[in-house]
Amino acid sequence: MVNVAVVPVSPAGVWRRLLRRKLALFGFAIIFMVVGGAIFAPWLVRYSPNDQLFNGLTLQGAPMPPGADFLMGTDLLGRDLFSRILYGARTSLIIGVVANGVALIIGTLIGLTAGFLRGWIGSVLMRFTDLMMAFPALLLAICLAAIFQPSLWIVAMVIASVNWVQTARVVYTETTSLSEREFIAAERTLGASQSRILFRHILPHLVPTLIVWGTLGISVTVLLEATLSFLGVGVQPPTPSWGNIIFENQTYFQAAPWLVFIPGAAILLLALAFNLVGDALRDVLDPTQRGYD
Amino acid sequence: MAGYLLRRFFQAVLILLGVSFITFVLLYVLPADPVRQIAGRAATAQTVENIREQLGLDQPFLVQYGRYLAGLIQGDMGRSYLQKTEVAALIASRLPATLLLMAGGIVCELLIGLTFGVIAAIYRGRPLDQGLMVTSFIAVSAPQFVVGLLLLYVFAVQLGWFPIGGYGTFAHLVLPAVTLGIMGSGWYSRMMRSSMIEVLRQDYIRTARAKGLTRARILSRHALPNAILPIIAMIGIDIGIFMGGLVVVESVFGWPGIGQLAWQAIQRVDIPIIMGVTMVSATAIVLGNLLADVITPFIDPRIKMR
Amino acid sequence: MKKLLCSTALIAATAFPLVAQEYSPDPDATPGGMITITYKDDVATLDPAIGYDWQNWSMIKSLFDGLMDYVPGTTDLRPGLAESYTVSEDGTVFTFTLRAGVIFHNGREMTAEDVKYSLDRVTLPATQSPGAGFFASIAGFDEISSGEAETLSGVEVIDPLTIQITLSRPDATFLHVMGLNFASIVPREVVEEMGDDFGKNPVGTGAFKLSEWTIGQRVVFEKNTDYWRAGVPYLDGVTFEVGQEPIVALLRLQQGEVDVPGDGIPPAKFVEVMNDPAQAAQVIEGGQLHTGYITLNVGVAPFDQLAVREAVNMAINKERITQIINGRAVPATQPLPPSMPGYTEGFAGFAYDVDGAIAKLAEAGFADGFTTELYVMNTDPNPRIAQAIQQDLAAIGVTLEIRSLAQANVIEAGGAGQAPMIWSGGMAWIADFPDPSNFYGPILGCAGAGEGGWNWSKFCNEGIDAMAVEADSFIDPAAPERLELWSQVYQDVMAQAPWVPVFNEQRYTMKSARMGGDDALYVDPVSIPVNYDYVYVTE
Repeated sequence: MVNVAVVPVSPAGVWRRLLRRKLALFGFAIIFMVVGGAIFAPWLVRYSPNDQLFNGLTLQGAPMPPGADFLMGTDLLGRDLFSRILYGARTSLIIGVVANGVALIIGTLIGLTAGFLRGWIGSVLMRFTDLMMAFPALLLAICLAAIFQPSLWIVAMVIASVNWVQTARVVYTETTSLSEREFIAAERTLGASQSRILFRHILPHLVPTLIVWGTLGISVTVLLEATLSFLGVGVQPPTPSWGNIIFENQTYFQAAPWLVFIPGAAILLLALAFNLVGDALRDVLDPTQRGYD
Repeated sequence: MAGYLLRRFFQAVLILLGVSFITFVLLYVLPADPVRQIAGRAATAQTVENIREQLGLDQPFLVQYGRYLAGLIQGDMGRSYLQKTEVAALIASRLPATLLLMAGGIVCELLIGLTFGVIAAIYRGRPLDQGLMVTSFIAVSAPQFVVGLLLLYVFAVQLGWFPIGGYGTFAHLVLPAVTLGIMGSGWYSRMMRSSMIEVLRQDYIRTARAKGLTRARILSRHALPNAILPIIAMIGIDIGIFMGGLVVVESVFGWPGIGQLAWQAIQRVDIPIIMGVTMVSATAIVLGNLLADVITPFIDPRIKMR
Repeated sequence: MKKLLCSTALIAATAFPLVAQEYSPDPDATPGGMITITYKDDVATLDPAIGYDWQNWSMIKSLFDGLMDYVPGTTDLRPGLAESYTVSEDGTVFTFTLRAGVIFHNGREMTAEDVKYSLDRVTLPATQSPGAGFFASIAGFDEISSGEAETLSGVEVIDPLTIQITLSRPDATFLHVMGLNFASIVPREVVEEMGDDFGKNPVGTGAFKLSEWTIGQRVVFEKNTDYWRAGVPYLDGVTFEVGQEPIVALLRLQQGEVDVPGDGIPPAKFVEVMNDPAQAAQVIEGGQLHTGYITLNVGVAPFDQLAVREAVNMAINKERITQIINGRAVPATQPLPPSMPGYTEGFAGFAYDVDGAIAKLAEAGFADGFTTELYVMNTDPNPRIAQAIQQDLAAIGVTLEIRSLAQANVIEAGGAGQAPMIWSGGMAWIADFPDPSNFYGPILGCAGAGEGGWNWSKFCNEGIDAMAVEADSFIDPAAPERLELWSQVYQDVMAQAPWVPVFNEQRYTMKSARMGGDDALYVDPVSIPVNYDYVYVTE
């Protein structure tokens, strides 16, 4: 849980303190590399990610190991793995960011409304949130994916609809505790309107929380997308996703382990990066709640 | 206290009711006809209609839901469309395996997590602390199916120390339990670390040191028991998080639990099984949360029950 | 035609045990021993009226018997529980004489009453049998199917060892249907006692009986010492372990813990195994009655144009797709697989010709290509094959969007006529019985083209349908004229190109060194994959 900082900190100060932390720097470096790789992929690769190359497979139909021709080897259809990894970064990033963004918005709307308005609306909304929490998230995601034929955006929406719950609870807790503070009471007696209180006093205090949750959330959505793709219910082929590369090639994981462990490492690094940055942000934005000194 | 429990229990029932309704709706709108699956490919239109009628799938939605609910209250989860076996029997036969795996997962994450947390707290600020914390970050960020495949590859295939998937002996349990537990161990190590640091700061610890007690004594008698308390409350929440991992871990290791059952059922639109597993999982999650909520005030009197 | 039919009928109106040669027992067979088979998926049910899976098909065959049976390792019919039979002149009345002294696993002797009960049961709507439709030619089927009647009027018990079955029309596939699992004989009292749980507590007349079933882990069969066929089974029992990944099963076989991995050799290990002479010697290759194909929906533009369908046929590089599955198949030219009677030898089909395909498309007015969808089941290797198809079609200017979905969703889309193209992988047609008609009715005939049917290309040609009906009106399923007709049926189908037949998967069964028995038993076309009744261990 992130408690609220009494005074919102200045962006410049935040940056400075953030960059002083080695782990956060490491995280930023990874994110930078992945984003760069995703954006500049067309210029960085030798082969197109969906080209099933004739010389990409051995005569007996086995994939090629990493070597001179193919930086990371080829997959079971003879496609260049390096190219698919870079283009796969696009999938992971787009879905990770979009899904998380949507989840954040939904969660904030619900938590804010429930926490601010209270009463029976608040009750209903929070009970609904509890209800969604009781669902095993993965099963729900799989069912939803089965109902709506998965495309990139559908997968993002499915993940968002499963992931907003944590944000909603956190925002709710913060909003209620904020609402009870004296300065809010003071504003009310002064006659300030609801929306004024909401936008000028509550929302700004939520920003640090949202930033932290937003960043940490991306690592969750990246992992969830990878898992859905691994189970075969993620983005449609031939769009590469690090998860579905593992899905397609997992039966070969003994004969061609690079097909599983390179994308696996990619997923790990990206999730790790967002975790490190998010955690550092939490320390910097809210010194009263330390996860790690 | 009793009033609180009663209220929470009532809430839990309502939540489960809601879960059953939403799941039923989702499965109803699934664009796949379970009757066709059952009828098979050589079926005539008449056979298909017969089967539909037999299973009551030609009834309006609310009637179907009502019948399901009525059965559920009496403990009857219906019969699998494709196997004709009672869902309750199917789940019961696979539940022990899943429970075993969950228990193993909890043991692993506590063992690893608590140990790392304590050590990190003791050597706070030093490289060991930093190293352990980075490790915990990695543990939290690793996709479980990759970890599973990695452990399988290294320890079962290459080194041969463990069987390659399957179920039966303790050796079969090790790798899947570790896989399941690694993610949680990352969380627990960080929590244990903060909790331990907090405890070590306390006056009574300083008093103990002043009295000349050995470090080991201080740790085991005074620090650890107090530091662990908040963690214990969290274990209930874990059950919910585990539920997601089960489908993947059971699939990778060929573990005959309800995760695997659910996955196979989803592929074939065996609705009664999907409903059954979802209800069982949701019940476990709700119970786990309830447990955590109830235990916490006993452990930490500072937190009042709302 | 009619005259020929009459004379054939005349000859047939005599009692005869069946067509092919009797099976000569293996002189090296030694009785005794237990073997272990592994499967990945759990065994759903062992109820012969319901079981229709890869795993339980051969298991049910070993637990139960029907009136007809097959010579082990072949597709030739031979008598089963029926010692002999006679057929009437017009081919509609079959009178079976049952063997005496056949005992169910619970000790009771089998009679004709049991046969009637079993056939009634499988066609009764309440049983929900996926195989009910196979019995459609028996008189009274429509009444029992619609609920008007509770028994089949066409099945009559003459005396405890004689049963007479009347068909509503001559049906050459009838004897094959009597050899299907769905026609297995079950004891009434056990079925009534167990109800829906009969599938977990099967009792039949087969060579093995169920001794143990631990759900999710293992099923154990033990030898039926009272089996009516002398000398078999050789084995004392069979243990089926479920939940085993194919790779794990193979590794355990290499360590001597498993005798036959039931799901076959995993693709990843195939090359490695075949390159090792010691291991390759334990692998048996055989044909399967299987065809993998792409369906083209003739009701959805632009596949309503023949030229477009032909173009797609010519654009698919079947050799490359076969390579993607490690060469474990042969490219197909027609709907029937090579080992099926009625297969047209030397049929050229559509050769791989990219330029020709582009020309055909231009002819049809699609010089700029078009966009369409390919539905595929989302389990490996099907998405990969779909992507290979996608690449092939891109070469002729056709943009394919892949819809990789759960099996049930694909079946739904196919049945509803929504899917322009479907790759059959994972749902591909494997013959229920070794007869050419099995590949026609549900998947290419007008009957299957309706809403929800399995004829996903919605292909309906009255003329070909009529030929198919004629071909089934023979009495002897193996009559040369009949097979000629069927061959013609499929050639006509290919001329209309509603399908792209891509490959016929070969069966590769790997067995442990200690297992003995004729090779054909390990790639048995009927008792898939292994004929447990006739194999033995050599130690």
